[in-house]
Amino acid sequence: MHVFATFDRYPTPSGVYDEMFDGEAVRAAYSRIHGRVTALSPEELRARADFLARSYVDQGVTFDIGGEEQPFPLDILPRVIDAPSWQVIEQGVKQRVKALEAFLDDVYGPGQCFVDGVLPRRVVATSPHFHRVVAGLTPPGGVRVHVSGIDLIRDSDGQFRVLEDNVRIPSGVSYVMTNRRVLTSAIPEVFADHRIRPVRQYPHRLLEALRACAPSGVSEPTVVVLTPGVYNSAYFEHALLARMMGVRLVEGRDLVCQAGRVMVRTTSGLRQVHVIYRRVDDDFIDPMHFRGDSLLGCAGLVNAAHAGNVTIANAIGNGVADDKLVYTYVPDLIRYYLAEEPVLNNVRTWRLEEPDQREEVIDRLDELVVKPVDGSGGKGIIIGPQASRAEIDKIRAHVLARPRGWIAQPVVQLSTVPTMVPGGMRPRHVDLRPFAVNDGDDVWVLPGGLTRVALGDGELIVNSSRGGGSKDTWVLAPRKGAEVEPSPVRRPAPGSLIHPQARKDSRAEHPDERQTYTQQQQQQQGRSEVAPC
Amino acid sequence: MLSRIAESLYWIGRYLERAEDTARILDVHLYLTVEDPLADPQAADRLLLSVMGVPDGEDAGSSAVMQRLCYDTRSPSSILASLRGARESARRSRETVPTEMWEAVNTTWHAVQRGQLSAMRPAVAFRWVRERCAVITATADSTMSRDLGWQFLTLGRSLERIDMTARLVEAAALTTSASAWSTALRSTGAHHAFVQWASDQDSDLESVEFLLLNRLFPRSVLTTLDTAIEALIVLEAGSPQLAYDSEAARLLGQARAKLEFHERAQMLDALPERMTALQSTCAQADAAITRRFFEGAVAPQWHEGAL
Repeated sequence: MHVFATFDRYPTPSGVYDEMFDGEAVRAAYSRIHGRVTALSPEELRARADFLARSYVDQGVTFDIGGEEQPFPLDILPRVIDAPSWQVIEQGVKQRVKALEAFLDDVYGPGQCFVDGVLPRRVVATSPHFHRVVAGLTPPGGVRVHVSGIDLIRDSDGQFRVLEDNVRIPSGVSYVMTNRRVLTSAIPEVFADHRIRPVRQYPHRLLEALRACAPSGVSEPTVVVLTPGVYNSAYFEHALLARMMGVRLVEGRDLVCQAGRVMVRTTSGLRQVHVIYRRVDDDFIDPMHFRGDSLLGCAGLVNAAHAGNVTIANAIGNGVADDKLVYTYVPDLIRYYLAEEPVLNNVRTWRLEEPDQREEVIDRLDELVVKPVDGSGGKGIIIGPQASRAEIDKIRAHVLARPRGWIAQPVVQLSTVPTMVPGGMRPRHVDLRPFAVNDGDDVWVLPGGLTRVALGDGELIVNSSRGGGSKDTWVLAPRKGAEVEPSPVRRPAPGSLIHPQARKDSRAEHPDERQTYTQQQQQQQGRSEVAPC
Repeated sequence: MLSRIAESLYWIGRYLERAEDTARILDVHLYLTVEDPLADPQAADRLLLSVMGVPDGEDAGSSAVMQRLCYDTRSPSSILASLRGARESARRSRETVPTEMWEAVNTTWHAVQRGQLSAMRPAVAFRWVRERCAVITATADSTMSRDLGWQFLTLGRSLERIDMTARLVEAAALTTSASAWSTALRSTGAHHAFVQWASDQDSDLESVEFLLLNRLFPRSVLTTLDTAIEALIVLEAGSPQLAYDSEAARLLGQARAKLEFHERAQMLDALPERMTALQSTCAQADAAITRRFFEGAVAPQWHEGAL
């Protein structure tokens, strides 16, 4: 026997929720994995981890940092989410996406939320991602957020909370699929022990949703994926999605707009395109309306969308909904548009543009995390306790100069999962990005999502562009007979601000609910009466 | 099919064939400069570099040959640059190239990038390149639909093969060495087939005839021209024009007729010039193909208000 088994010297962190270990004890969801992995010698485990790394290099599963292709580090140990926890996540993500859809529809439409005072109009008007050019444009199927990635973290009590919303062009879903595929060949015996919900149906669901949102009157829509090109950090993902959906992967130069229609250049002439799943930022997508020097987009796209001849997914101007200042209003937006209490809570956030909130924290930025409202990829984030005096002073000056640009949050201790590092298994901080697809009828949440790992000791930023890795995320199927009922939605307290439409809906819904409830009661009574026989 | 993807597939075909042919040529070249006591190695090196279209500096020598044609990343004729080109083209058309073929191309490039070529003895390295190219080609052969993409891949491969064989024949015709033709045959992997076909009459004339006109050997110029023309006919089938309105098909067809109906007795006359002409036909055909199929891939420029 070897001297140290894999988890023998695992330092369970204090003040942090470790998802595998509760003190010395192994949590139930991980017990089988723990058993299987400890049965392997550390050398064997290491060899399998090497196999993972090699597979990703050979298959070209990479992302680019500054033009350099890097294999995406995948950890050997999966992250497990049990069925009840997933139930909450799924419900919460759906709810959030629906609220953000309603919000975007309102912002680019009547603006009822400003009239009712849910949030000040200036919050939206000052967002750099608010584009007047799409005001009044109702997208086909009424969908703007076709694909979203809602970033969740688990706080020290083990509660999932929303850290940020991504409703522009969230990336990472390709790794959810490739992680699963390669991990099955690395640790097949561990898979055999579990009933894990599959993730491979994602491209199919995405394609169906995109086709469902085609311009009206098109029965056989042509879908394309628009990529900025081979040097984009997520090019691998664009190619994978296009291949798995069986649609063309195009660059801006492959497209041309003619008479309000978008065409793609092929070897046999121009062909019309109906749905563009674009992975190009708003700023670059149409040089006619946005950056005139952009070579990545196609001139005339916005006009074609206005003419109703093409669906752009996700819609232009969505950035106003995942602005980090708007994030602070999302719980109110959920109450307002859906007449529901949020299922997933936000992280406590100070709006630095509001004088009293700014006053409250400006002198203790060294204890907080300060984030730019429109950043992504972990760019520009300052973690107070880890920052130098000079950095804090600099960020304070930035905040005072442009308060609309910043928010502050307490340092949230992200949960940890054991992760293989050169010294063995160590706790590393993780987050979770579940992906949701909206086809206009319903929001579907991929059971899995991308778990990102900060590989450095104590490191809290998990972004791959900051040297993060990933874990395969296993959502366990409920045991037969133990299917979880969705918990009933909680209604906001009486007197809360509610959108006129939602007010009408919820009034109409209540009698029905009562009826269903009484019927269920009767059913149960009926059963218990029958049972003794 | 997207013009850009078509272009990528065409270039995967060209680059892979270039890498393979260069490996074959270098393999035989190195072997012969050592083996043949009468050969002038420096003259042979210079000749090889010049027919391969590589400008020869003052430092011509076997190390310069290896550098320029094998390891040099900046020299477009090197094996390394060809494999990199193939891999980049495959990366640009990843959603179209079959996964297995992409992985074969990608692993090859990663091995090269790790220094595999220079770490191995040259003879082993050349064999490795040949084998990797065979793996990729065979994977493509067994996993790609015979759609337009396949035709572009075949077209690229064929044009490159015609061009490389023309260069080889030119080189053989320019050398005085007695073993020149056997070198050329070995370089195209045709020696074995030739010996079986020609049995006792292995004169220069038979060698040239075999390399240029044999209808059974898949690397002969005539067979390859046929393959290229067939691919072009399929590619043009969708257009209203007749196939022979295709400029590239016409150029290649004319070259084919000139080769096939040349008097046998004058087969060796002006051979280097004829081979140079064949190479420029290839270049013209390439330009015609680019104009016909790939031009759409050129980015339009937006000048604040007008395309």
